[in-house]
Amino acid sequence: MNAPTPTGPTGTDIATLVQDDRVDVSLYTDPHLFELEMDRIFNRTWVWVAHESEVPNAGDFKTAMVGRQPVIVTRDRRGGINVLLNRCRHRGASVCEAPRGHANGFTCPYHAWSYALDGKLRGIPYPDGYGDDLEKKDFPLHRLKVDSYAGMVFASFDHEVQPLADFLGPARHWMDLFMKQGAGYPIKVQGEHTFRFKGNWKIQLENTTDGYHFPIVHRSWMSSVDAETAEMLSFMTDEKAVTHALGNGHSVMVMVPEHVDLDQDDGTEQLQERFGHIVEELSREFAPEKVRRIVRSLHGAGFNLNLFPNVAMSMSFFRVLRPVSVTETEIRHMALGLDGGPEIVNRERLRIHEHFQGPFGFGSPDDSEAWDRVQRGATAGPGLPIMVNRGLPRERHEGDGRVSHATDETGMREAYAMWKAMMTDGR
Amino acid sequence: MAADTALLADPRIASAIELVWHEADLLDRKEYQEWDRLWAPGGRYVIPIDPQTKDFAATLNMVYDDDRMRRMRIERLTSGYSISAVAAARTVRTLSRFVVRHRDDAVVELGSAQVLVGHRREETFVLGADVTHRIRLDGAGPLIEEKVIRLINSDGAVNASGFLL
Ligand code: FES
Ligand SMILES: [Fe+2]
Repeated sequence: MNAPTPTGPTGTDIATLVQDDRVDVSLYTDPHLFELEMDRIFNRTWVWVAHESEVPNAGDFKTAMVGRQPVIVTRDRRGGINVLLNRCRHRGASVCEAPRGHANGFTCPYHAWSYALDGKLRGIPYPDGYGDDLEKKDFPLHRLKVDSYAGMVFASFDHEVQPLADFLGPARHWMDLFMKQGAGYPIKVQGEHTFRFKGNWKIQLENTTDGYHFPIVHRSWMSSVDAETAEMLSFMTDEKAVTHALGNGHSVMVMVPEHVDLDQDDGTEQLQERFGHIVEELSREFAPEKVRRIVRSLHGAGFNLNLFPNVAMSMSFFRVLRPVSVTETEIRHMALGLDGGPEIVNRERLRIHEHFQGPFGFGSPDDSEAWDRVQRGATAGPGLPIMVNRGLPRERHEGDGRVSHATDETGMREAYAMWKAMMTDGR
Repeated sequence: MAADTALLADPRIASAIELVWHEADLLDRKEYQEWDRLWAPGGRYVIPIDPQTKDFAATLNMVYDDDRMRRMRIERLTSGYSISAVAAARTVRTLSRFVVRHRDDAVVELGSAQVLVGHRREETFVLGADVTHRIRLDGAGPLIEEKVIRLINSDGAVNASGFLL
């Protein structure tokens, strides 16, 4: 017997909403579709929750969201990472409201049920009232399935979800390349900008793989940086600047081809003059090759890796999205540094991050305005599709998947193909 | 207990407060070139994220500007190339509840509360901040040496902005 055609609550056949070259505008505007996305995508697949450097020691925790559900990411005494639903098993109070911190466990503020770092229920006050009916082992904080790759921690509500390694597939190779910006040091998160925009989460998901907008939207940022940095990012007509579709909705957009593998250095690249003071200071401690290796990595990796559905590893930062409602999305831009690396380098990386990112940066506000405008425009012409056809004529198959130019919409087509697969799998 | 009005009688404090009000007016009118002239050479303009931090250089901020960055920022906001600046909210801000944190003949440090009301496309919003101005008085006129704006939601979600605080 055939499974019934998957439809949204409005009766539309979801499969018809995404075609190879266009998507229906209701993907940005239909609250019913949003509810289905929470259920069929965010409550089922692997969702990024943390970088390991955010919870380095036993007892460290941070709070995060998986879709719309709040969770706590903890490091337990055995070094394991746990992702626990932030909801007391008694009557449902949140057990932790701090964004990050260090704790021995979590005690609910309402009636003081207390939980260990791995979620086990440790204690109940005045237990007599329960007679023999309450087994503590039956009421731990709800655990999600957790796995990590290259320090990136993902969680899933679905304990039968496909293995993380399979889900990431060829993206793992790019995750390894991305982490090379540590120049031999592990990568650590060293702060984050948080802002919201009034638009659908997929508008932002598209943006990380949209090289087309860069010189237009970021013209004011381009004119504020030195010529060397602008030149480095002048990929519009560079044939080596390509986008790869990596399967499962993931994609990578290469903007600085010579910085794809930061361990590779043919020696022709001039170090940027603006980093002269850093070269000078590092040279007192390190050999010239090491200095060069570190300075070449200051802008991060030469690409944006977009991991479906909620995290991008973008040049020198992580970009995390959280769907708030069909028309509102929260974004975090997490600045990365070298764990144990030279302080002057980490500070420079903070300054580079501040220059572009955040609500008062020279780049993010212009992105945010563009995304707002997409959402506002999307209310006009409900029958007019969103076009994602750029580059179709020049797309080719190569290695693991499709490849086209960095200004092409191959990455978006990949993400929407995954969206369609997950939204229509009929479960 | 009677309120102490001696502070307002001190001409150093009065001129510092006047400068802060003048600055607020310039920022609301987006007269950024003229605003730049209120700054002492080497002045720091800071909007931190971490509510506690004093070591701005070592932490991530929303704004951490020296003269060069501040001037580039002004260029960005006035050139017409930034779509967020072109679409920026109209603002009115009030700075009051002044506290004198330091005073000598060369420098006055003033704390104040800032309430900014903005309006952009169909929406009116409010931003609250605790502001500190360090003002030099020993030149021809008072000049801002450091301005630190601590938004009450600095470590939460702060919406992107095309205007200055
Ligand atoms: S709700 Fe948590 S102990 Fe009662
Ligand atoms: Fe952008």
